[in-house]
Formats: sequence, C-alpha cells, structure tokens
Amino acid sequence: MITIVDYGMGNLRSVQKAFEYIGKKAVVTSNKKSILNSSLIVVPGVGSFDAAMNNLKKLKLVEVIKKVISEGKPYLGLCLGLQILFECSEEGNSRGLEMLRGKVEKFNFRNNLKIPHMGWNNIKLKVPATKPLAGPPKSQWRKIFNGIEDNSYFYFVHSYCVKPKDKRIISTTTDYGINFASSIFYKNIFATQFHPEKSQKNGLRLLKNYVNYTGN
Amino acid sequence: MKKKSKYLTGLTKRIIPCLDVDKGRVVKGTKFINLRDAGDPVAVAKRYDTEGADEIVFLDITASHEKRKTIFEVVEKTAENVFMPLTVGGGIRTLDDIRNMLKAGADKVSINTSAVENPNFVKIAAEKYGTQCIVVAIDAKRVQYTGYSIQDTVHNKQIKYKPRWEVYTYGGRRATKIDAIEWAKKIEKYGAGEILLTSMDKDGTKDGYDIGLTSAISSAVNIPVIASGGAGEMEHFYDAFEKGGADAALAASLFHFKELKIKDLKEYLIRKGVKIRC
Repeated sequence: MITIVDYGMGNLRSVQKAFEYIGKKAVVTSNKKSILNSSLIVVPGVGSFDAAMNNLKKLKLVEVIKKVISEGKPYLGLCLGLQILFECSEEGNSRGLEMLRGKVEKFNFRNNLKIPHMGWNNIKLKVPATKPLAGPPKSQWRKIFNGIEDNSYFYFVHSYCVKPKDKRIISTTTDYGINFASSIFYKNIFATQFHPEKSQKNGLRLLKNYVNYTGN
Repeated sequence: MKKKSKYLTGLTKRIIPCLDVDKGRVVKGTKFINLRDAGDPVAVAKRYDTEGADEIVFLDITASHEKRKTIFEVVEKTAENVFMPLTVGGGIRTLDDIRNMLKAGADKVSINTSAVENPNFVKIAAEKYGTQCIVVAIDAKRVQYTGYSIQDTVHNKQIKYKPRWEVYTYGGRRATKIDAIEWAKKIEKYGAGEILLTSMDKDGTKDGYDIGLTSAISSAVNIPVIASGGAGEMEHFYDAFEKGGADAALAASLFHFKELKIKDLKEYLIRKGVKIRC
C-alpha cells in the first residue's frame, strides 16, 4: 500500500490525484499503523521547516517515519519532505529527521534573483560516482529517470535548498543563483525539491518510474 | 532595469492563461462588461495543459454568494486531470476560504480586496499556509500627470513627475488612495509569495502591458511579479519580460478565442532569446 503522510502541511490531495492518474491507489493518512505497514511512504508538504517538524511531533510520527526508513522501506520525499530528512534548517530551530547528514540553507543572493524560486527550471541528471558510499547502483538510478531527458523542466517553489554533506547522494542539480541539489537518492530514500505532481508529463513519468522501481 | 540573465539560473518565464469563471463557466469580455461565454473551464484548462501553459489562474467572478461553490467543483475536476500549478482568486476572504480552495486542489490563492482591507490577513495566511501559496493581486491605475514632464513657467525649468499608480479594490470599482509601489513593498513584508499585477488602464485594450507599472513594481520587490492586462500580440509578452522585468505574463481572451496559440507564442519568445519552457 502506498501511503501519503498527512501531517497538515499543504496540498496532499494533488499528490494523491497524481498517483490516481498513473493508476496507483494511495491513501492519505496520519495513522501510525497504516504508515508502518505501507510499502512506500510519500511525504509531501509545503510550508515552513519548524511547522512541519512540530506537526510531526504532535502526531507522534517522527519515530514512525524514522523507523520506516531504517527498515529499508522506500521513502519518497517531495519539497519539504526532502528538507526534513536533514539535520537542521536555517528556517528555524527544530531538528530535522536527521536521516541524512547536512542542512537546509536559505537562498541568499546579492543579485536580484527573486525569492521564492518559483516556476519551471531544468534538472541536470547527475551520474552518481562510480563507487557511491551506499547509494544505489547506476542501473537502479537509471530506472527512476528512464525517459526523462537531461535538462527536463520541473516545477519548483521554495526559498530554501538542501546541502547534503555527502555530495554523492545528489541525483540531480538545478541552477538558481547557485547549483543546488534538486533531488537526492540514497539507499531507499528518493526525494525531490521540485514538485513532480505539478510538473505535467515529466512529473507523472517520474512518479510512475519510481512506483514501478519500488515494486508497488 | 537590471538584466537577470547574467546570473546562474535556468528558471523560465511563465505564460499563464487566466480563466474568468462565472457560475461555473468561463466568460470573458473586457473586465466586467460584455461577458462572452468561452466554454467549460475544465475543458479549457485541459486544452491549455496540452498547449504548454506553465500555470493556470481561475478568477471567480460569480456575484451571487450561493452559486460560489461552483468554483470548488471546477478546481476539483481540473486538478484531477491537469498536473500543473493552479491559482484561484476572487472572493477569498477567510482562512477557511483558502483552506477549501487548497483542499479542492488549488496550489495558490490570489487575494485582492481583503488584503487591502486587512493586510494582516496576508500575514496570517502566509504563516498558516506558507508564503508560496499566497498571491496578492494588485489592480492599479495610473494617477494623473504621471510620466510626463511639464514646464514650470515661474522658474523656467522642466519638472519631472514620477509616475504613480493607485490601488483599486472590488474588481476595479473602488479607489483606495494607496500607492501601488508602496503597497507592493508592504505585502512582500507581510508574506506574499507573488504579485499578480493588473493594469486597469491597459486591461482589455490589447495594446500591450503597462511596462512602466510592471517595471516599477518588479524592481521594488524581490518576489515574482505576474504582468496582466493589455496583451494583444506576441511582442507584448516579450516587452513584459525584457523591458518590464516580469517573471510571468498572464492573458485571457487572447488565448480563449485562439487569437494566439500558446505554442506559437512560446516559439516566438524562444527565438527572441527569452528563457521559456518548451
């Protein structure tokens, strides 16, 4: 069962609709049991880092999500669902899920690039290092981006970006003032800064590839 | 105007069709008169999706309160079929209105009159739902004398009047005496994530966006600005981006009645060197 974690951060319905569109049933829930028993958890979300972590704490989901990830179940993070995987964020004082090392930083431009980074930008597919620390092999990585060309456009809306300590987990990068990590891939974790559920054909394709890859 | 292209960015300029929805149907005249039926909003949105629109804006202009819920159904049905950002505006007054729109499948809401009447609403809404989903719509009209220089006959010198624009509410029916540039700066501080800027002087004229207004607002704030009102030709979009510094350009009837195809417009802009998603 695909589970979309409902923790009160943003528009989960549109993520669910995207799964429906590619022919996969996904349940939106904050029920611990359902999350623990799911075969793929999806953590979307828009809004602030602290609010997200506070909501997860209130719902007692922090340990649940950590457990699911530690057990090796596939985790798909979207936008805020990517950011909370890291240790901390410049956006607030809360600790993140601390499943990945690194932090979330605010875009800080001396030029006049606007913030939030809002709209369609392209992703550069990064061929992972030949010997990823513990990252998935190239062949698996290829499966997720199958049919998605280098420099394809995806929809972004965010003011913060992740800085993973281990650069080898970065699967795509995007340019906005800096060259930042627009998606990461590490063991059973795949997470994107962009919104596949809002990225038309490319986004739906990516979701479908990922769901198939995880065997759901 | 400072060019942004010299900075490292792959971000593209957005083309946004706007659908004015009245009791569940797309209508368009010039702003509030001569409403012409332009079809079923869900079907129109789907068409724009395949034509390569970057986002879609629904503006609910339904006057009667009891018919207002039709917009929810429109948004809901659209969001089942169209996977791109949807903004909904018109009559957003409470946090519940925002929540309902987001629940129906909207990604952003556009607030106009209620932001002017209570700027704190923008703040509270942005805190609750995130700045990324709060668009503030500004309807602005040029104030007399603006942009012209006149002769001061007493001192025999030219006086340059800095152009000024006034904010209007209630769909352009009520003047507020608020300066549009000051207002834009204020709502940015209050947490607006984007500005939907409509020139009332240009709206419906088809002789181009108000470049002076667009440029003045765009350089005054550090959030994205959508230019609106006046698009009639492909060149107008080019001007809005390159001269006005707009991040996105919106048009309605031009696209509805197929006077201009989004695909052709995008090809034109790419040829002219504008960063556009194809």
